Amino acid sequence: MSEYSLPAREAVDSALSETTRGTFLESLHAWVVTVDHKRLGILYILYSTFFLLVAGTEALLIRLQLAYPHNQVLSAQVYNRFFTMHGTTMVFLVGMPFLFGFANYIVPLQIGTRDMAFPRLNAFSFWLTAFGGFLLYYSFLGGGGLYGVGNAPDVGWFAYAPLTARSFSPGHATDYWALALIVSGFGTLGTAVNIIATIVSMRCKGMTLMRMPLFAWLLLIVSMLTLVTITPLTAAQFMLLIDRYLGGHFFDTQAGGSSLIWIHFFWIFGHPEVYVLVLPAFAIANEIIPVFCRKAIFGYPAMVAASVAIMFVSLGVWAHHMFTVGMTSVSNAFFTLSTMLVGVPTGIKIFNWIATLWGGRIRFTTPMLFCIGFLFQFLIAGLTGIMLSVSPWDWQLHNSYFVIAHFHYVLVGAIVFCIFAAIYFWYPKATGKLMDETLGKWHFWLFTIGFHITFDTMHFLGLLGMPRSIYTYQPDRGWNFLNLVVSIGGLIQGIAVLIFAYNFIRSYSRGKIAGDDPWDAWTLEWTTSSPPPVYNFEEIPEVHSRRPLWDLKHPDDPDWEYEA
Amino acid sequence: MSSIPLHQPESTVDWNLPNKSRVGMTALIVGESALFTIFVVAYVFYLGKSLTGPKPSDVLEVPILGTICLLSSSLTIWRAERAIKNDRMASFTAWLGATIALAVTFLIGTALEWRKLIYHDGLTIGTNLFGTTFYSLVGLHATHVVVGLFLLSAVFLFSLFGWIDSRQSERFGVVALYWHFVDVVWIVVFSVVYLIGR
Repeated sequence: MSEYSLPAREAVDSALSETTRGTFLESLHAWVVTVDHKRLGILYILYSTFFLLVAGTEALLIRLQLAYPHNQVLSAQVYNRFFTMHGTTMVFLVGMPFLFGFANYIVPLQIGTRDMAFPRLNAFSFWLTAFGGFLLYYSFLGGGGLYGVGNAPDVGWFAYAPLTARSFSPGHATDYWALALIVSGFGTLGTAVNIIATIVSMRCKGMTLMRMPLFAWLLLIVSMLTLVTITPLTAAQFMLLIDRYLGGHFFDTQAGGSSLIWIHFFWIFGHPEVYVLVLPAFAIANEIIPVFCRKAIFGYPAMVAASVAIMFVSLGVWAHHMFTVGMTSVSNAFFTLSTMLVGVPTGIKIFNWIATLWGGRIRFTTPMLFCIGFLFQFLIAGLTGIMLSVSPWDWQLHNSYFVIAHFHYVLVGAIVFCIFAAIYFWYPKATGKLMDETLGKWHFWLFTIGFHITFDTMHFLGLLGMPRSIYTYQPDRGWNFLNLVVSIGGLIQGIAVLIFAYNFIRSYSRGKIAGDDPWDAWTLEWTTSSPPPVYNFEEIPEVHSRRPLWDLKHPDDPDWEYEA
Repeated sequence: MSSIPLHQPESTVDWNLPNKSRVGMTALIVGESALFTIFVVAYVFYLGKSLTGPKPSDVLEVPILGTICLLSSSLTIWRAERAIKNDRMASFTAWLGATIALAVTFLIGTALEWRKLIYHDGLTIGTNLFGTTFYSLVGLHATHVVVGLFLLSAVFLFSLFGWIDSRQSERFGVVALYWHFVDVVWIVVFSVVYLIGR
């Protein structure tokens, strides 16, 4: 990239970062006891990649079952367990750990510090999260308790009361669900506290809030949102366990309790959770899009303001998941309007990304391709979201495949696409090797084609009236062909993810040497070596603009002359 | 640096960021507040919805002594904070001891109240909705008092052994922040359970 700029500085003496390789046990021990934010970030990402494959397999089995009417691959009971585990895993063991993994790895490097604010809390949070994940999956063996052969939670990822009451869900499956999420919730809380303290208190000299990379800004906002999002779920799950073990009556309709209040509590968590997941995806796009169109991000202050606005508005929209529960007209109108209001700051963001692309010299590398896919799909996801926010429309389509298609457009089309983009973008920083571009493009195109075959078609299944959470259907409903198409699309996505996994592993040993700054980027993580040394920076940098590495590369034309 | 910028703007800026432990504790308190909010909402939502007795007005007595103790412990810990900041360690130990004593008194009050409710009035967590929500909310707060008590006792032991001095005053400030939060939560719980709900 020397045609663009001067070489970046070598932040460290390379001899210092060379470590002697110990035995397998020694290096395993080093990874287990590590408090280094970079290693923990990698652990988070490997952990969630593992569960991505597990939950993806569950999704494929679900699709196999639904490919034909009256299919017998999964029994009704196993089907219920699989969609519960698929949802729970993807949200809690894949989505959040992925994003916190990136936060762990990238944020301290971007803000120019040597570690997170509380390194040991960081390690503790990771191991709590990991323990929660494995506890959840142990339910396949231990969920039935002493009697029965074992079963996983089968109450849906939202676990509506009173189905979760002891009389309707005997055994321990539901307890595994609640306990595993309480444990990993504490881990999440610890990480959120850590990220906030790091960003507020550990920024390098000169990095004022309005010079912080947007990635760090959005992770700060996400962490603040997480604080007030994950705790209501923990509270509700405490109540559920009190009901199940101590004979409480929170959700016991026989004793005057209300199942409605569980739905409220769950979505008070559940809707902001969507933003907890999608804001880091925005954060990733904010870093990648400018680098690959060779322009500074358009409208930086507007991006920050829009993100803060999303944080606040997202706390007041939860009941749009509950239009069919039966609320007053006033509530329906309020939540319809507040949901539409979220579209405003989100729209601002989309316009800013398009304006960043406009007139840029775009390089279509794999991370950029994923980001462009994200922009396109997130727009559609937003538009179907606006459709569903209209309560009469929602009455018609609630709990149909239209809703499934809508939220998978957000969770896969936006978030998973950005996660893949981030892996291709930061993999060279973490390993020193570039991922293979040819395989990356195969991954992108297969995944995008498979994605659209699956989830575009699902919208029509929903419009034709196919409800969610059914394990099979009658052949005369007119859903047969579309279901087969959806399943084929799922298979194509599965193949694409296998190509990705192969590329991920192969590039570690065979990838091209990346160098410190393979993309000619502008933020501080690219000033240090790849992989960075344990201490990140030999000397703590001092920054004067939003693009400190640009200033270093272009001393004749630094950014600070243009920024207010 | 491999390339020296032609000129450096504002090379000598003052760079002071907030104390990270204080920021972390504040963040934790925000999260904890959300946790308590859900339990308070559940308590208020279920007020008067119990199908069977006893009702709050039948059995609850306002814990005036406990409340006075807990609220005044905020005052004593504030005195302890000032003492450690000025390196008056004897005074610090005394005020910290007083804080612990007040907190223990509060917990004893809660224990006696629960004993009366369980053995005399027959109200357990499974009796009715009032029992479920009351023991959960008050118990959650009491749990936080116990956690705070562990923290304070650890600091108290350290100061008895002379292991801390004014250099740790920032850290003690973080513990005190948590303790003030526990007190503020009690004001909310007290108002909801004993004043509004009774």
